[in-house]
Amino acid sequence: MSEQAVAVEEKKIIVKEREPLFSKKNKKLISDPLDENNPITIQVLGICSALAVTVQMKAAVVMSVAVLFVLILANVSISLIRNLIPNRIRIIVQLVVVAALVIIVDQVLKAYLFDVSKELSVFVGLIITNCIIMGRLEAFALGNKPWPAALDAIGNSLGYGMVLVIVSFFKELFGSGKLFGFEIFGNATEQTGLYAMGYMDNGLMLLPPSSLILVAVYIWIQKLRNPSLIETH
Amino acid sequence: MDLVNIFIRSAFVDNMIFAFFFGMCSYLAVSKTVKTAFGLGMAVIFVLVVTIPINYLIENYVLKEGALSWVGQEFSSVNLSYLTFIMFIAVIASTVQLVEMIVEKISPALYGALGIFLPLIAVNCAILGGALFMQEKQFTTIGQATVYGLGSGVGWFIAVVLIAAIRERIRYANIPGPLRGVGMAFLITGLMGLAFLGFMGFEI
Repeated sequence: MSEQAVAVEEKKIIVKEREPLFSKKNKKLISDPLDENNPITIQVLGICSALAVTVQMKAAVVMSVAVLFVLILANVSISLIRNLIPNRIRIIVQLVVVAALVIIVDQVLKAYLFDVSKELSVFVGLIITNCIIMGRLEAFALGNKPWPAALDAIGNSLGYGMVLVIVSFFKELFGSGKLFGFEIFGNATEQTGLYAMGYMDNGLMLLPPSSLILVAVYIWIQKLRNPSLIETH
Repeated sequence: MDLVNIFIRSAFVDNMIFAFFFGMCSYLAVSKTVKTAFGLGMAVIFVLVVTIPINYLIENYVLKEGALSWVGQEFSSVNLSYLTFIMFIAVIASTVQLVEMIVEKISPALYGALGIFLPLIAVNCAILGGALFMQEKQFTTIGQATVYGLGSGVGWFIAVVLIAAIRERIRYANIPGPLRGVGMAFLITGLMGLAFLGFMGFEI
């Protein structure tokens, strides 16, 4: 009788250890950063690149994919060696891993997407010091197994990419009347489409400060929908 | 005159924060009080002035195509520019560590004031961004690069102290709930950026 109980107990333990790949907890790792714990609007990380590359949607999408690639590989590799890294020099170890990955991204962009790489200029290099990457490495990868770390990376880079794409959508549409380079409102120089009726592009949308204001509005709407996120100074 | 122009350009026209958003993370994190903003601002100036000349030398004597020709004729076609990122970040991280140790030894008072901020600077985009822009601008002398570093640092310092002062003041204002904190900081930075656009094309 007691042996059976032990067997059942053992079975339970085994079941407990084998968490399904997409358990509730793991799904939360992906869905949380998209809204309640968004890296840009709530954690306030990785703002520099998020604001600077949003003039065109193409650049924003390329940047998000680059961050997705770097963050997943960095999170997994740091998580794999997390028990080997001495605590005192962990920042330098992380920087070297991330810098190596960013060099790969930079060389690939230069080889296959040269125009986008020219436009992103120094911001590809700045992925190294992108606070999202360092923040996730410090906060998550150093204390978790590779699989949750990978999910966390996917969630956070998607949350990052989402804000980038939304901001760049408004900036490109109202700043130059285009989306991904396609003319939506007609051609401004030849006065076709909406421009023939006297519509004008909003030059402010192309200037750097407008992305700050757009992100502020995004935060406003997000917190309006979810009052539990409101800060109390 | 050239140096003065570089300084003014980097400090005001191409302000690190308002034109390129470099170092926004720490900018938003430390700008709650003027005192911490002042400390981090000083530390950023310091580290930029130290690291940009070092990175300039590395760029021109190690990384650039043909930069290694001082070693010997056979090295004159070596191009190591793909190592830029890793070299720059290594220089920055180690300089920050070194500066931290030197300051701790020489002036404990300054270390007390800057102490907690110094390690943070290694991952501040303003430093790496400054180095990468220095590389892109292709300065001809090390003096120009140093002045560029000083100007960028001063620009960052001004921006962070200004917003800290404003944020200290608006703590007593009645802001709509959802905008409180980060949202308002973004809006204010946007408005300050618009004001700084007034410097566009400014030269002596």
